[in-house]
Amino acid sequence: MPQASDAGRVFTARPASVSPWVVAAVGIAALVAVPVAAVLSSLTSPAVEIWVHLWRTQLVELTWNTARLLAGVGAGTLVLGTALAWLVVHHRFPGRAALEWALVLPLAMPAYVIGFASLGLFDFAGPVQTALRRAFGESLRLPEIRSYGGVTLMMVLVYYPYVYLLARAAFRAQGGATLETARSLGRSRLVAFLRVTLPLARPSLVAGAALAMMEALADFGTVATFGYRTYTEAIYRVWYGMFERIAATQLASVLLLFAFALILLERSSRGRQRFTQGMRRGPATMPLPLTGWRAWAATAACAAVLTLAFLLPVGQLAWWGIEAVREGRVSRDFPVLLANTLSLAALAAAAACVFAVVLAYAGRLHPTRAVQVAGQFASMGYALPGSVIAVGVLLPLAWLDHGAGALLERAARPTGRALPHRVGDRPRRGLRRALPGREPADGGCEPHPDLPILDDAARSLGAGAGGVLRRVHVPMIRGGLATALILVFVETMKEMPATLLLRPFGFNTLSVEVWERTSEALWHEAAIPALAIVGAGLLPVILAIRWSTRDTRGR
Amino acid sequence: MRVITLLSRMVAFGLVLGLGAVSGEAQEVVVYSARSSQYGPELVFDAFTKKTGIQVKTFGGNTSELFERLKAEGDKTPADVLISVDAGNLWNAARAGLLSRVDSPEIVANIPAHLRDPENRWAGLTVRARTIMYNTKKVKPEELSTYDALGDPKWKGRLCLRTSSYVYNQSFVATMIKRQGEAKTEAVMKTWAANEPILINGDTKILEAIAAGQCDVGVTNTYYLARIVAKDPAFVVAPFWANQQTTGTHINISGAGVTAHAKNRANAIKLIEFLTTPEAQQMFADHAFEYPANPQAAVNPVLAKWGKFKQDDINIAAAGEFQAAATRLADRAGYK
Repeated sequence: MPQASDAGRVFTARPASVSPWVVAAVGIAALVAVPVAAVLSSLTSPAVEIWVHLWRTQLVELTWNTARLLAGVGAGTLVLGTALAWLVVHHRFPGRAALEWALVLPLAMPAYVIGFASLGLFDFAGPVQTALRRAFGESLRLPEIRSYGGVTLMMVLVYYPYVYLLARAAFRAQGGATLETARSLGRSRLVAFLRVTLPLARPSLVAGAALAMMEALADFGTVATFGYRTYTEAIYRVWYGMFERIAATQLASVLLLFAFALILLERSSRGRQRFTQGMRRGPATMPLPLTGWRAWAATAACAAVLTLAFLLPVGQLAWWGIEAVREGRVSRDFPVLLANTLSLAALAAAAACVFAVVLAYAGRLHPTRAVQVAGQFASMGYALPGSVIAVGVLLPLAWLDHGAGALLERAARPTGRALPHRVGDRPRRGLRRALPGREPADGGCEPHPDLPILDDAARSLGAGAGGVLRRVHVPMIRGGLATALILVFVETMKEMPATLLLRPFGFNTLSVEVWERTSEALWHEAAIPALAIVGAGLLPVILAIRWSTRDTRGR
Repeated sequence: MRVITLLSRMVAFGLVLGLGAVSGEAQEVVVYSARSSQYGPELVFDAFTKKTGIQVKTFGGNTSELFERLKAEGDKTPADVLISVDAGNLWNAARAGLLSRVDSPEIVANIPAHLRDPENRWAGLTVRARTIMYNTKKVKPEELSTYDALGDPKWKGRLCLRTSSYVYNQSFVATMIKRQGEAKTEAVMKTWAANEPILINGDTKILEAIAAGQCDVGVTNTYYLARIVAKDPAFVVAPFWANQQTTGTHINISGAGVTAHAKNRANAIKLIEFLTTPEAQQMFADHAFEYPANPQAAVNPVLAKWGKFKQDDINIAAAGEFQAAATRLADRAGYK
């Protein structure tokens, strides 16, 4: 393989010196590695006394809660996402076309937003239960929403689109032929779906569920609002409540193990994905027209999901927002929060895209093992929960702070000048942001058309490696880059735990504001910042919808 | 990365310079206040300016933010006064060397000893009582007595609490430890946990839950109830003054201290002295339905209806001293 590709890359073979692209790629991977290594290294020097305390008081509960949350979200998104995709791809019913894209909308909603909006609606003292008690008597009790079931339901409602989108794409790619063949062999429609369509789409479904589970693992706001104890919540509580940085790190290391497990799951499903995508596309699907009550039941099912997952929470937020405006309870800092959020997100998106382009281009110029490993390693960032990264970034920076501080202090003493504290304060933000969104960026920024001849042609005309990238590849992948930028931008706006832990003093964002208000159950005040986040989140969703409708038309 | 650091340093430097220039003028005092974000601008500062001609510049933020900011700014800080909520936070600020000792006979005379730092680095300005709340239609006051008695099995499933990691609960448990020792406190917290309390993250929400009948009793700060009752006098929740026969009702404070590197130290002391006078106290406490720290000042009519109560007079610095111990104790007791 090396010979074959090297033959096409005469101009790139420069064995004598190490290319700056390789250095950059390895450097980026190292940047991702630092927090991971810092967190893992805490395992080598366990603070026994703290572990004993954690073991006796909460470790079992945290592990059980985190594990069953992941299981519930995985199973729930799998069932809901697949069922909805099956409905919209293989059936016709009233409103199908509109519902098909509208069902993607919940993706714009961070779980913590639907969480507190639904809590406001469905809590014991909320309007729904109060009305029910008025109608059916005071003794009426609905299941407690602040519970495992409640948290899982919230997450399933906002994360099912991951499965839905991938399942829908897989079903469409399969086309109608497989299903029809199975039916012609005497299978009922349902059996054909279960025995043929589903197994073929399995890699996509697993990948979607794995993404949903990664989101669930990283979530902090929802579990904290619902009082459901998981690792992310414990890390924050231990960090701020006990000021026990070591204990927080140890908890983060366990959380990291969960994340690794999910990465393995997702990577293995991706490996098998070729299996579907390699297949020749069959003829377009032939949706079954539903009639009578079945048709309306299908419409009602899709509409119910959309209502619970999007319309109702947005309506509740809008209502609170209007009340907040009317009562003058809108934060005067809102413009500052907005500006902070936008600038942070822009910085993160730009950094993530530059990193991704460098990684991908380095891999193209020098397809060596080292660069490949660096690329894979760096792309792990998206699966790391924000709290893990926060803890992992703060630790080495604290060492740096102290080490460098002590050194500089000695040097500065003669002049009597005091030192600026917290040398590393600001870069933390930018760094952390650049990490989680790497994956989508990778997909979008990777110089795609695999035609080495383009590089060679440009190089033969006198362009350097950087020039080729700037003048040939970047213009070609502009669309993908823009998408990646938007995705990272929105992810950064939504991100909560790492922003809480890493932000410099006085630097508040919309998500921090939502956290501060909801942690005091001041839901009215949280509504407008939350709506702003949802509004921004609609951008990539609309893009996704546009592609998929384009796909449909193209077929 | 380097560019970002550089930029951020320039911004930070500019900020310090800007603030420094402002605070360098003669008659001013700069206040970092954790109250302002919760209660809006304080009318009492206007009264101070009117009386003394000293301008008050406030910078709001939450408690931990202001703490970090003071710490990071070191001796460059523009802040002269730190106003914070929760005694534990003030204790932490004092321990970190952010506050300086003030020997003012006026403050000592105005504020009872248990609401002040034993070393006079901070003083309480307002008192917030954290007591038992009950549904007046379902619970008779005779059924209630002490915090400890909320562990009685008769309250099983009828109790609403905030989580133990909530700062006012940390301080609550911390002062209990100081009063009764760890073993006794842990035993009490275990009985609370055994009653399977419904955990709700907001005092107002707890009061609403009690009124709606989700639970019958709870523990919250009284000003949350006062805010509701001021709008809706028919609200079916009332406070019960806990521990009146024993140690007194648990209280916490919002308070102030002069920063260690205050540029306008004299003005800062003047401001805090003013804030402890009965006239200022009334405005200060009235505004947010808190109790004045100075016993000479009158309370808000909404609060007056609930009658007088005996405060737990243990020095509130215990809230900071035993904060970490309280967190761990609650963990052990299974109070989440």
